[in-house]
Amino acid sequence: MEFLKDLWGFLKERKKFWLLPLIVILLLFGVLIVFTSGSAIAPFIYTLF
Amino acid sequence: MPEAILGISAYYHDSAAAILVDGEIIAAAHEERFTRKKHDPSFPLNAAKYVLEEAGIAYNDLTAVAFYDKPYIKFERLLETYHSFVPKGLVSFLSAMPVWIKEKLFMKKMLNEELAKLGDGKVRVLFPEHHLSHAASAFYPSPYEEAAILTLDGVGEWATTTIGYGKGKDIKILRELDFPHSLGLLYSAFTYYCGFKVNSGEYKLMGLAPYGNPKAEQTKDFKRKILENLVDIKEDGSILLNMEYYDFATGLKMAKDKKWEQILGIPIRKPESTLTGEYMNLALAIQMITEEVVLRLSNTTQELTKAKNIVLAGGVALNCVSNGKLLKSGIFDDIWIQPAAGDAGGALGAAYAAWHIWMGKERKIVTGKDAMKGAYLGPEFSDSDIVKVARRNNARFHYFESDDQLYDKISDILAEGNVVGWFQGRMEYGPRALGNRSIIGDARNPEMQKKMNLKIKYREGFRPFAPSVIEEEIQEYFELDRQSPYMLLVVPVNEARKNPEPEGYNDLEMYDRLYHLRSDIPSITHIDYSARVQSVNREVNPRYWHLINKFKQKTGYGLLVNTSFNVRGEPIVCSPEDGYRCFMRTEMDYLVLGNYLFDKKEQEKIKDDTNWQEEFELD
Repeated sequence: MEFLKDLWGFLKERKKFWLLPLIVILLLFGVLIVFTSGSAIAPFIYTLF
Repeated sequence: MPEAILGISAYYHDSAAAILVDGEIIAAAHEERFTRKKHDPSFPLNAAKYVLEEAGIAYNDLTAVAFYDKPYIKFERLLETYHSFVPKGLVSFLSAMPVWIKEKLFMKKMLNEELAKLGDGKVRVLFPEHHLSHAASAFYPSPYEEAAILTLDGVGEWATTTIGYGKGKDIKILRELDFPHSLGLLYSAFTYYCGFKVNSGEYKLMGLAPYGNPKAEQTKDFKRKILENLVDIKEDGSILLNMEYYDFATGLKMAKDKKWEQILGIPIRKPESTLTGEYMNLALAIQMITEEVVLRLSNTTQELTKAKNIVLAGGVALNCVSNGKLLKSGIFDDIWIQPAAGDAGGALGAAYAAWHIWMGKERKIVTGKDAMKGAYLGPEFSDSDIVKVARRNNARFHYFESDDQLYDKISDILAEGNVVGWFQGRMEYGPRALGNRSIIGDARNPEMQKKMNLKIKYREGFRPFAPSVIEEEIQEYFELDRQSPYMLLVVPVNEARKNPEPEGYNDLEMYDRLYHLRSDIPSITHIDYSARVQSVNREVNPRYWHLINKFKQKTGYGLLVNTSFNVRGEPIVCSPEDGYRCFMRTEMDYLVLGNYLFDKKEQEKIKDDTNWQEEFELD
């Protein structure tokens, strides 16, 4: 739960609450990915990610 | 009890660890040197273990761990970028997000799990910003009480360029240029278009640029087209990239190839294909633009800070040609560049930021001397380690009781035209080998560049080599009136050393130009009569200094060719075992490990050796 606390702290600090819906959807996505696939492989290009 | 900070950079490229004990740098190293995987991005477990051991500090006794950026803000940048480009960028989004959702978003947890392998204590973890880490790595170890700070790289969280001011223990960031407008990414886009690997081939592009013809219409035309279409440079040095032509924000590559081809009139170069004149001219055009931006930014930095000196860090600060131009411009009285200017140096910067900013500790400066200890901050090995390697490999060697006798013998060997692997003391921090993990040769020898490129390093024939010159002799050879200890300044070779240019020099084929004898030190005189100088100080690296000095006594020349001890695609050697293996795999003539000399003619082949070309991916 430390992650959620940090995430909330980050949104508050940066005043970026509008990102919240995006993050929630992504986390749901994440749950799917974790349960359905193996490793996540970074794309090969310049590591902007 | 000493107070120690462990700095970490990881998870993007060039991971590294560094340790400060009571504000003094004790050790720093790249993870790639231990894992033998070039630009290794994984958590630097080996490097961290090493720096803790070197400092004699247990993990549990650390005051703090400092990670070199803020992952959440990076994530914010990523989301906002995709949001602003939507519906473009879906493929990139789908590639990047799983990595973030599974790993990077939980970086703190991941970091804590890795740190738990170093000790079971609870140590505070700090996250200074990426460019603050760069700025700290540039300012705090510099020899200045106060200085302007310029950091330039691809991208950190949002910032791609920052201008700051440092005084005492304080750093103020005054201006910031944000993603996607980035000088580092602009240079990388051209690296990509010219057929080199992004994130490692930038220095090849820089080395290729002098082959371009500055007087050619094509070069001028490229420059004009780039400025009209691809990048807008403002008076203060800010740049705006025309994102219609770039793919890095939403795609999986740097540039939109078709659009670039329409503008530039030449297709993207296939990696490893023959280098033709147009790519040399293109490399020159973007190098000239980069220099222009750096000079404008430096002017702005000077106006904002009124400082006499400037310090630099970030990947673009490894562009030693533009560093040389900045020095020559006289905008600042002096410049100092962090030798580990890329992301690996962020580990050191993060530790410094924690020490001076978070802990508020005062800064101690020794006037005229930086705190980097010559960048010799990595592991060193004992005689018994060397003997073990020799035994394991059934190697024959000669041991020299006296250092003087060693220098005497090696200087003879060098003067005879041999190539020597020179492995001494502590390994360098940063991408340059500075005489402790170096391959060295005679700079007077006209065949040396060809031999080193093709038979030792197995790399592209056009690549230039740099000289190591004893500090007292710099002005004998180069138009440089100060030290350049980290090989980060490119300056002209002295007029008196140059041979006249043949008629139509710029129009000759690449290799005809390359093999023209440009000076009496041809193997380190680049095609445009410049050299990337490393000055060697007698106190900082006495063994290397004495070797070069002995060579001078015998030949009259106080300099050598110095290139990193590795083959193409391999990280610089770390241990004597790495050094011996590299020596045996190449056509290097001699190897010196400490005071042990190995002659190739006396060695047996390594049994069951793998093919290095399969082991190391080409860079």
